[in-house]
Amino acid sequence: MKAEGKVFKYGDNVDTDVIIPARYLNTPDMKELAKHCMEDIDSSFAAAVKEGDIMVAGKNFGCGSSREHAPASIKAAGVSCVIASTFARIFYRNALNIGLPILECPEAAAAIEAGDTVSVDFETGVIVDLATGAKFRAEPFPPFMQDLIAAGGLGAYMSRRAAE
Amino acid sequence: MAMTMTQKILAAHAGKREVHAGELVMAKLDLVLGNDITTPVAIGEFPKFGRESVFDKEKIALVPDHFAPNKDIKAATQCATMRCFAKAQGIKNYFEVGHDCGVEHALLPEKGLVTAGDCIIGADSHTCTYGAVGAFSTGVGSTDMACGMATGETWFRVPSAIKVTVNGKFRPNVSGKDLILHLIGLIGVDGARYQSLEFAGEGIAELTMDDRFTIANMAIEAGAKNGIFPVDARTLDYLKAHGAKEPVVYAADEDAKYEREVVIDLCELEPTVAFPHLPENTKKIGEIGEIKIDQVVIGSCTNGRIGDMRIAAAIMKGKKVHPDVRCIVIPATQRVWLESMREGLLEIFAEAGCVVSTPTCGPCLGGYMGILAKGEKCVATTNRNFVGRMGHVESEIYLASPAVAAASAIAGKIAAPEEVK
Ligand code: SF4
Repeated sequence: MKAEGKVFKYGDNVDTDVIIPARYLNTPDMKELAKHCMEDIDSSFAAAVKEGDIMVAGKNFGCGSSREHAPASIKAAGVSCVIASTFARIFYRNALNIGLPILECPEAAAAIEAGDTVSVDFETGVIVDLATGAKFRAEPFPPFMQDLIAAGGLGAYMSRRAAE
Repeated sequence: MAMTMTQKILAAHAGKREVHAGELVMAKLDLVLGNDITTPVAIGEFPKFGRESVFDKEKIALVPDHFAPNKDIKAATQCATMRCFAKAQGIKNYFEVGHDCGVEHALLPEKGLVTAGDCIIGADSHTCTYGAVGAFSTGVGSTDMACGMATGETWFRVPSAIKVTVNGKFRPNVSGKDLILHLIGLIGVDGARYQSLEFAGEGIAELTMDDRFTIANMAIEAGAKNGIFPVDARTLDYLKAHGAKEPVVYAADEDAKYEREVVIDLCELEPTVAFPHLPENTKKIGEIGEIKIDQVVIGSCTNGRIGDMRIAAAIMKGKKVHPDVRCIVIPATQRVWLESMREGLLEIFAEAGCVVSTPTCGPCLGGYMGILAKGEKCVATTNRNFVGRMGHVESEIYLASPAVAAASAIAGKIAAPEEVK
């Protein structure tokens, strides 16, 4: 699986309250929530983002609440992959559980600029900044995660496990 | 192999003699929690797990607290979705507004639903609160919650740990909130990312259960997976008094491995305030200077318990809230509200010029009951001061203890409790 898209770049400690403010959480409709994704730190994001675009950020991305609405609204906005130096724990878990590809790569997070076009190969973890030609390698997922992703998320994984 | 307290609980629930940091395990769950925001999403995911009914009707707790009493039609729809699911599935621990309600993390311990040695997940990041009674509990997302409800188990990566050794005794007007803010200031909002915060040391005996709940509650604000306290006589008394099920007591091995150790001397702590927009931006009360405020919120799963109400009322008694300040007091549960009423605390608040709300999360997450306008400043006993958390993106939240919040309400600016004597 591969992704290629234009980069939206953010800093450290992007929290779930700015990814999707709680004032909109009175609906579980992720398409609706996507319209407000990132609006408290980047009011132009929702209008500008295109299917397949890539988000790049600093450390501790997704800190704060456990709202799955955060990775789900990023995914519903069309983002194909989030690359960060590090992710907060619950966000990491939620992203995998709902099938939003995320990669931890401090070097890529530091070097890639907003507006660059970047390609990502999820199997190898190779990230290429097409604007500069720079290549980075992210940590591959542990085997358990690969199984979970291959199964199509936690639901499918657990029911397959029960059947075994 | 030596294990931390968290590792021992996870090993027991995974059916293993030992586990090591970094290992992935499937663990059995003693309780699965959800609220009115996260449960509707989990209900949507539930069918994907291929089960008709929940794994155990007694081991699921559903709490309408974030936007309840329903703040608008959409919130009402979410609460109704959860209520219908609870009825259809025969879930025993559904807590209706006005009957037995309250903010989830204040409510569950009060109801005796959490006990020492439990393995608990909740679709709410502050589920780590129950580490106060010696349980392993951690926040997860809605898909995880659906998994827990359907199968009674879920996966964990076994965390390594930071040991927080607590010595000495608090000085007057210093409490658990100051300790945890100090710790977050020290290690940062990602200082304990993917790790446990395991508390130890003779100073723990000095901490009330309310202090421990407040401290464990904010472990997530240091990025931790969980925060956990050793079980002592005070824990056992609390569990007994609240009718909790039989505790199973685990203790860290003497030679357990920790990533690092942080030592905190209680007598060196001062009232501490976290400045916008991160809980790690802490300052001691003496270093603050003059910051005028528009609002004070006393409540939430962090500091909305009866002990917090007592501390705030003692400071406000016979005084008036500053004319430029709106002070909103929110007892965290129906029981805290009732006790506050019986003890005359609500009267003290009302006469001082506070408004007293029904139990709800309300303004803590910018829902309702005290939203901030552009440029407004609020001192809150809550746990997060992120951009826009309580309203406008250009509003500011200062996190503090109930004592500092009450004193600030009187003074009209961030103030030490001594300043309003
Ligand atoms: S009081 Fe605040 S932090 Fe606690 S559960 Fe409610 S919204 Fe979350």
